[in-house]
This record gives sequence, structure tokens and C-alpha cells, in this order.
Amino acid sequence: MHYCGDYRTTYEQDSRIFQTGFVRFWFALFMGFMLVFPFVATNYLLSLMIQILIAVIGAVGLNLLTGFTGQISLGHGAFLGVGAYTTGVLTTKLGVPFWVSLPAAGLMAAFIGMFVGIPSLRLKGLYLAIATLASQFILEWIFLRWEPVTGGSYGMILDRPKIGSFVFEADKYYYFIVLAVTVAAVLFAKNLVRTRTGRAFMAVRDHYISAEIMGIDIFKYKLLSFGISSFYAGIAGALMGHYLMFISSEQFTILVSIQYLAMIIIGGLGSIIGSIYGAVFMVLLPEVLTLITSKLSWIYPNISDFILSIQDGVFGLIIVLFLIFEPDGLAHRWNLIKAYWKLYPFSY
Amino acid sequence: MDYFVQLIISGLVIGSIYALVALGFTVIYKATRVVNFAQGELLMFGAYVCYAFVVQFKIPFLAALLITLAFSVVLALLIERLVLRPMIGEPIISIIMVTIGLALVLSSIVKAIWGTQIRVYSPKLFPQTTVNVGGIPVSQEFIWCFVLSVVLLAVFSLFFKYSKEGIAMRATAFSNQVAQSMGISVKKIFALSWAIATVVSAIGGVLIGNINGINIQLSHFGLKVFPAVILGGLDSILGATLGGIIIGLLENLCDGFFKIYLNISGVKEVAPFIILVIILMIKPYGLFGTEEIERV
Repeated sequence: MHYCGDYRTTYEQDSRIFQTGFVRFWFALFMGFMLVFPFVATNYLLSLMIQILIAVIGAVGLNLLTGFTGQISLGHGAFLGVGAYTTGVLTTKLGVPFWVSLPAAGLMAAFIGMFVGIPSLRLKGLYLAIATLASQFILEWIFLRWEPVTGGSYGMILDRPKIGSFVFEADKYYYFIVLAVTVAAVLFAKNLVRTRTGRAFMAVRDHYISAEIMGIDIFKYKLLSFGISSFYAGIAGALMGHYLMFISSEQFTILVSIQYLAMIIIGGLGSIIGSIYGAVFMVLLPEVLTLITSKLSWIYPNISDFILSIQDGVFGLIIVLFLIFEPDGLAHRWNLIKAYWKLYPFSY
Repeated sequence: MDYFVQLIISGLVIGSIYALVALGFTVIYKATRVVNFAQGELLMFGAYVCYAFVVQFKIPFLAALLITLAFSVVLALLIERLVLRPMIGEPIISIIMVTIGLALVLSSIVKAIWGTQIRVYSPKLFPQTTVNVGGIPVSQEFIWCFVLSVVLLAVFSLFFKYSKEGIAMRATAFSNQVAQSMGISVKKIFALSWAIATVVSAIGGVLIGNINGINIQLSHFGLKVFPAVILGGLDSILGATLGGIIIGLLENLCDGFFKIYLNISGVKEVAPFIILVIILMIKPYGLFGTEEIERV
């Protein structure tokens, strides 16, 4: 739906990412806000923003695999772990600089992800979900038990990256690395889905037999999708590791995989912007819960302990409610709201 | 050698519980095509409800068990009606996620009510003495647990084979539409399959709770069910039973083997999943599953 006077005469105009000057203006303003953010925000808000940005990378990656290619992965949390441990081992044990170990973490995760993706040629839907679930548990087990490399249950201490003698020690400096990677990751994904590769992904998702008949090499594109998605996960895991400066196997459990799946379902499957909404939603959810319960604690003194203990349950309930009442996610709802106001007050 | 015989016996017992849970999983999957990731939580819930009645309210065990089963049926009907019914026709990822969400909610409810520490059924259901089986002391609990599971599995196999409801369920599994046009209420069959699955899981939970005590970790049985059903074939009752027992055995034997000869501990947690991956690579539809053939 376009505004009156918004004419398009070429295909390039129609496939632009930022369609109108209005959108470009607001996007520029938003980027400006993101650049000043660390200098005006409190430490708490800054840490939330870094977590959101890292979650965005992971969620966009998973959405490329699940939302665009239609391959379910219950092992995303473990791929995050592969990235985190790769950069951990490279930087602390081998003395490789962060700038090399970050892409290496992505590549390692991509390699493992493609390996896990091999059965996807024969397996679909449910079977694939179970295969990725198994890989999640196997990787989790390796993180815990391969002590000489991963540090087992003691975990691993990481440093912040540095250039020359400048260390990105403070959160507000590290923030810019994360921001740059996130912007690059989102732009790459947004462009990827407009290319031949992206369209092939969607064809595989929509009807893989027709896709194959049209000459799309299904195996190649499925593996590619697994690779790209795990690459994103590896990068997100590595950034998370250097941000928290500590990694242990508990950070990469099945619950993390579920959280990422929840992000893309709540945000909207097959929508890049949806992954961002979902990541924001899932990172803020526990914070909002804590906020509400601390306000309520004058009525019920112990309620915040209680809510914290059943946080996973609240999270599960939200997944269930979203799937029942809003199966297309926040991105779809946002489009409906926009359409409503575009036509207001004549909604026909 | 004795050590391995012990491993085999405990493997058989654990395996028979896996078989019960796998039976529940398969019944739901066969009839409704829902992949239930909350099966382990249903088992845990049953075990805790029974615990509440036996230990906290001091009701005799048999009565408590009956109340637990009635409770399980109500829970199953609620879940089916409120959560799964609206999801009919949704893509598989949504259905997987909705059952995962359900699992999180159920385990949180248990955590909120009973906490996370281990609870023990205080008047034990089975006698604690051991008996000799071929010269090896075996605890009576194990024998009871195994025998009861096998009896239940046999009863349900006969139910699916000969009873009217069982045949209706198999018809629904074959094709919802055809079954409906033959006058079978598909909704009722869906509800019935959820009820059966929850009841067998709850019984499994009570049995295993009598041996090991209950805590939040009981829900892990729900995850071990995947290797079992994949090995047996997702939509085969016989397969689920055999798969459960085989996975229980293999898991225990691998664990013992690695512990003794290679000094690696904790193989138990991961062995079933490695087996699962191997089966998926070699024979994805399992021992008795129907192969899906797709036509354009």
C-alpha cells in the first residue's frame, strides 16, 4: 500500500529497503540516537542495549534458517556456545587478537552448523527438529566435559578486545563494536533475502519439490542456510563472551535455543525487522517483570522472589499465548496498525 | 560381570519407564500429529500430585493413585482444549513451540508449589527387601516397576488392537477426514489420546518416583523419549515400547562401559542422543515407523 503520489517506475525503486524519504529520515535519526546512546544512557540501560544488539544478531541468523528457509533448529543456543568457546580458546590460549578470533568464531560455528545440517537433506520438519535437539545436547555435553579446552564447569575468563594499546574496556566503547557488527549483520541479511540466494531459501521453504523442479539445488541452499545462520550465532556468542568476559556451559543450554526461537516467533517468522522486535521483547521481558514485581512488593512482600522462581513459566506462557492469539508475530501486527492509520478514518 | 548384570537390570527398569512415556508420546503423535515436548513434564506433574496426596495429605496409596489419574485426565483435557485445539492446522514449528511453552509452564508450576529439592514417597509403595534372581540380588522395587510397566504396555497394545475406541483411534491416525465421515468424533479421539498419554506418563512418574525420589529433573525423561521413539518409529506403539527398553539398556551399558574402561563419566546423559543421530542417519523412520512417501 503506497501513499498517493508515491509512484515507482523501475524495479529498483520497488525493491529498495528504505522506500520513502520519510522512512530514510527516521532511520537516520534512529542511527544518530544509537550513536549518542552510550554517552547519555545509564550503565544499566547500556548493558540492556548491548544484550539486545547481540540478541538481534542471533535472532536474525535463526530467522534466516527457520523463517526464510523453513528449517527448524533447536540447537541455536549450542552454536552460540561454539562461537563463544572458539573465541575464548583462540584469545586466551593461543593469543590470537579479537579481530581475527571473531570471524573465526563465526566460521567455526558455521562449520559445525553445516555438519548438523547435513541430515536436513533427508529429514524434514519434526525429524530435523529432533536431530538439531540431539546436537544441542551433544554440544552442551562437550562444553561441560571437554575440560582441557573449555574449562568444564569452571568456565573460561575472557578479555575485552583492544587495538594497539587502546582497550575497549568500558561498556560504552565495547558497545560500538557490537553496534557495528549488528548493523552489518542486519544489512547483510536484509540484502541477502532480496538476492537469488534469498529467493531460493524462500522457495525451499514454500515448496521444496517445486523448488527442486525449478532448478534450485535444495541440498546446497539448505546447507548454506544452516551455515549462514550458525555463522550469525557464532558471532553473537563470541560478542556475548567478550561482553560478559566469562563463559560457561550454563549459558548455552536448550533454554537459550528456545529463547531464540521464541524471539523469531514473537517477532515474526520470515521477517528481518520482526527478529529485531522479538529480540527487544525477549531481552526486556525479564526486566519488565522485575520492575512490575518490585512495584507490587508493598502489597505482597515475597512476590518478587516468587516471580523470579517461575520466570521460565511466565516466558512459556507468553510463547503459548502469542502462538494462539498472534501467530504472525509483532511485525505483522505493526503492519496492521500502520495500515489502519494510513487509511484512517476510512478503513476501506 | 555382576556389575554388567546390574547395569542390564537397572537399564531394563529405566527402559520400561521410557517405554511408558514413549507410549504416551506416540499415542498423541499418531492421533493428532502433535509432537509433545511436554511429555516429561506430564510425568513429573503426575509424580508430584501423587506425592502431595500420599505424603502431604496422608491418603492411602491406592486412593491417591486413583485421584492422581483422575487429575491427569482433567489436566490432559484442559491442555487439549485450551492449548492444542486452537493450534490445529498451524505449521509444525508453532506446534513444537507451543508444547515447549507448555513444558516451561508446567515445570514452573511444580517449582512454585513444591520447590526444587528431592522429595521421597514416605510410606514406600513396594517392599524394600531384595530378592535373588539367578544369584544376583535385585531390589523388589525394580521388579515391580518393570512388571507393572510391561503389564500396562500389554494392556494398551490390546486396547489399540481390539477395543472399539482403540480402533477408532487408529482410524483417526490414518486419516482425520475419513474417520470423521465414518461417524467418529475426531475431537473426542484427540481428547482421549491426550488423556491416555497423560495417564501413562503419570503412572511412569509415580513408579520412578518410588525408586529414585522426585525432583524437577524428572522432566528429563521427556527428552530421552525422543531417542526411544525415533528408534522405534514415531507412529508405532510396538516400536515405542521396544525403543524405550533398548534405549534404557544401551544408555546404562554405555555409561558403565565408558566409566570402567575409558574413565569417562556422565556418558549416560549424551549416549541416547548420539544413538538418535546415528539412527536418523541410517534409518530415519526407525524400526517400525511408516515411511513417508511424497508425491508431487
